[in-house]
Amino acid sequence: MQCCCGEEKKLEDRFSDNDVDLKPLQTVLDKYKNESGSMITILQQTQEIYGYLPKKALLHIAEETGVKPAKVLGAATFYTQFRFKPIGKYLVMLCQGTACHVNGSEKIEEAICDELKIKDGETTPDNLFTLENVACLGCCSLAPVMMINGEAYGKLTPQSARKVLREIYKKETNS
Amino acid sequence: MKIRIGFGSCGIAAGARKVLAEFEKEFSQRGLDIPITKTGCNGMCFNEPLIEVFDQDGQVFMYGKVMPEMVKEIIEQHVIGGQPVTEYLVSDDDLGFINKQKRVALRNCGNIDPESIDDYMASGGYQAFEKCLTQMTPEQVIEEIKISGLRGRGGAGFPTWFKWNATRQAKGAPKYVICNADEGDPGAFMDRSLLESDPNSVMEGMMIAGYAVGAKEGIFYVRAEYPLAIKRLEMAINQARAKGFLGNNILGTGFSFDLRIKAGAGAFVCGEETALIASLEGERGMPRLKPPFPAEKGYWRKPTNINNVETYANVPWILSNGGAAFAAMGTATSKGTKVFALAGKIKRGGLVEVPMGLTLREVIYDIGGGIIGDKEFKGVQMGGPSGGCIPKEQLDTPIDYESITKTGAIMGSGGMIVMDETTCMVDMARFFLDFTQKESCGKCYHCRLGTKRMLEILNRITSGEGKDGDIELLEELSVKIKEGSLCGLGQSAPNPAQSTIRYFRNEYEDHIYSKKCTAKKCKPLLTYSINEDVCTGCTVCAKKCPVQAIKGERKKPHVLDQSLCIKCGNCFDVCKFGAVQVD
Ligand SMILES: Cc1cc2nc3c(=O)[nH]c(=O)nc-3n(C[C@H](O)[C@H](O)[C@H](O)COP(=O)(O)O)c2cc1C
Ligand code: FES
Repeated sequence: MQCCCGEEKKLEDRFSDNDVDLKPLQTVLDKYKNESGSMITILQQTQEIYGYLPKKALLHIAEETGVKPAKVLGAATFYTQFRFKPIGKYLVMLCQGTACHVNGSEKIEEAICDELKIKDGETTPDNLFTLENVACLGCCSLAPVMMINGEAYGKLTPQSARKVLREIYKKETNS
Repeated sequence: MKIRIGFGSCGIAAGARKVLAEFEKEFSQRGLDIPITKTGCNGMCFNEPLIEVFDQDGQVFMYGKVMPEMVKEIIEQHVIGGQPVTEYLVSDDDLGFINKQKRVALRNCGNIDPESIDDYMASGGYQAFEKCLTQMTPEQVIEEIKISGLRGRGGAGFPTWFKWNATRQAKGAPKYVICNADEGDPGAFMDRSLLESDPNSVMEGMMIAGYAVGAKEGIFYVRAEYPLAIKRLEMAINQARAKGFLGNNILGTGFSFDLRIKAGAGAFVCGEETALIASLEGERGMPRLKPPFPAEKGYWRKPTNINNVETYANVPWILSNGGAAFAAMGTATSKGTKVFALAGKIKRGGLVEVPMGLTLREVIYDIGGGIIGDKEFKGVQMGGPSGGCIPKEQLDTPIDYESITKTGAIMGSGGMIVMDETTCMVDMARFFLDFTQKESCGKCYHCRLGTKRMLEILNRITSGEGKDGDIELLEELSVKIKEGSLCGLGQSAPNPAQSTIRYFRNEYEDHIYSKKCTAKKCKPLLTYSINEDVCTGCTVCAKKCPVQAIKGERKKPHVLDQSLCIKCGNCFDVCKFGAVQVD
């Protein structure tokens, strides 16, 4: 029976249908598939391989581990760390934690969104930047903070945030 | 002669890598063979990047906010010339930040190289563990913790010895110990800093707990956003194995114990102990009903002791110095010291550790230096999204579990977000409800839907559409959500709203009835205008206005068209003459 509220379709749309090579996944599965309680570790390492969790990989994990697909997807969608769409080359994690909020992270977000012309969770058309709002990067005394591919930038102003992005952009388009 | 550089996440974010590179470059160019060691965070995050120069005669000089450009001068004048560059030194005033503290959990942070177990051992590390294994029975260890009066530092403040004892007494094997390093409170960073700066002391605490409760395995559950903490922890575990502190038959005593790390995957509720256990088992992190408590049925339904990072970090100190020495600090019911993460509108943001019983004022003003720009203090949020806001009238509240709870906040894990007159309290409540509503796991519908309804009301109020009765509705929902939720997340989610209503009801009323936000934070309630008498017609605001709402000729006063204004505040930010007003 077809569901009538459209939720099923909405859920499907969250996942990317890309065709991916499952081979690199095998070493992860060989290592963990028989270890109980390792589903989250498997998902984390899968995301490390692909940068996100492709639907094809999720179904493959279900098959290999013998865990029902619904359970695999259930675990995957529960945690904010997991993404279901590919991301850009640079992942901009903008802190929206309490300290950053109090110190004006909203203005930083406005500046970044304006600079990159994307919103939270989106990727620029050239696949360079993805913006992701996160809750606290643990550098609260340097608020507001953002982290780009593991590198943290503190005491941001709208101008300095734009500058960081522009420098990356320049570096990428020159080479 | 030796150079030491702060290499915690905060130091690195402030630019410590570039400073280190500059030192290395200058040293090699000059053929100087001076060792540079890396250390964690000494808590002075506001002064990062930090450099310490150790003189020949053992004197230590601390340089703060070091930029690569300053390195050459420091080397020429101080390292070679022997004359400290006084203008770059951390001021005596700022040194007070450290001198007024009492460091137990943070005893090694910023003093040792976190990547070297030898450094940790040189400062007395692993002696407490050895003493426990060779001279004490598990019961004696638990007794010592009982004497110390140590209570859990993860939030609820439950007596640590009691949990250890319950786990020891519980039937079932194997038993586990878990370290809760999920640090979910956004705006708190004690656990990150401890793990980055002194992973061994947390491990030693866990190993002692393992011995006391009779466990063979310990698991760290670390927040995924803390890659550096995970890396240093991994290193420390490997080094401890190589030294024979972990593994089979440790120090020939017959006790076997090992540690491993699991990275969390981003869910606030997984800080709750039963949800954390579900997550460790590879499931969705949904809390389970208590009892049974983890001490009876925890990880894989086996007896499990779970403590916070800071709780464990205190343990080796207690066993080395005796429970009584710990109990000598603090108040009647809250013993020892507590680490706080100072952030927000505070001059000296960073990590501080003070004896319990100090007042909030002493921490915020004497140690933290007060408010940035000497603005008016409005309140301090303690306990994060589960806590509450303490207003300025109660600044003299002593910091102990009971007194803080009486104010409507909670001790929590130690996050202190300081807020000034520019912080809107209704917006803060909205911010926290937005957080808890997103983080609710969805199991209990009062938590899942109630927080959503509260958020809708708060959104309405902050966007200028608040109605008569909204405050009362928020109060009613708060009570219902607390009663109808299984775990601490739902039971405490209404706290930020309740406490701001309690102390700042007038701000709610201003928003609802006068459509005003006195903190000038809630955009839809603001009106921007240009004061003709002050405007010089420099045209900057007109150029920066994204919707061309500002018009006027050069050198003549400009006017702002209210019907076009989107209240972005650009004009206010760029005007150098203070001609743009907000009401
Ligand atoms: C919603 C929620 C979030 C929590 N988050 C944390 C956390 O991030 N870190 C922590 O140590 N304890 C957290 N706790 C408390 C734990 O459930 C538990 O009480 C604690 O880890 C016990 O350790 P302790 O006795 O050493 O404090 C949280 C509790 C709740 C209800
Ligand atoms: S609140 Fe932004 S880093 Fe903690």
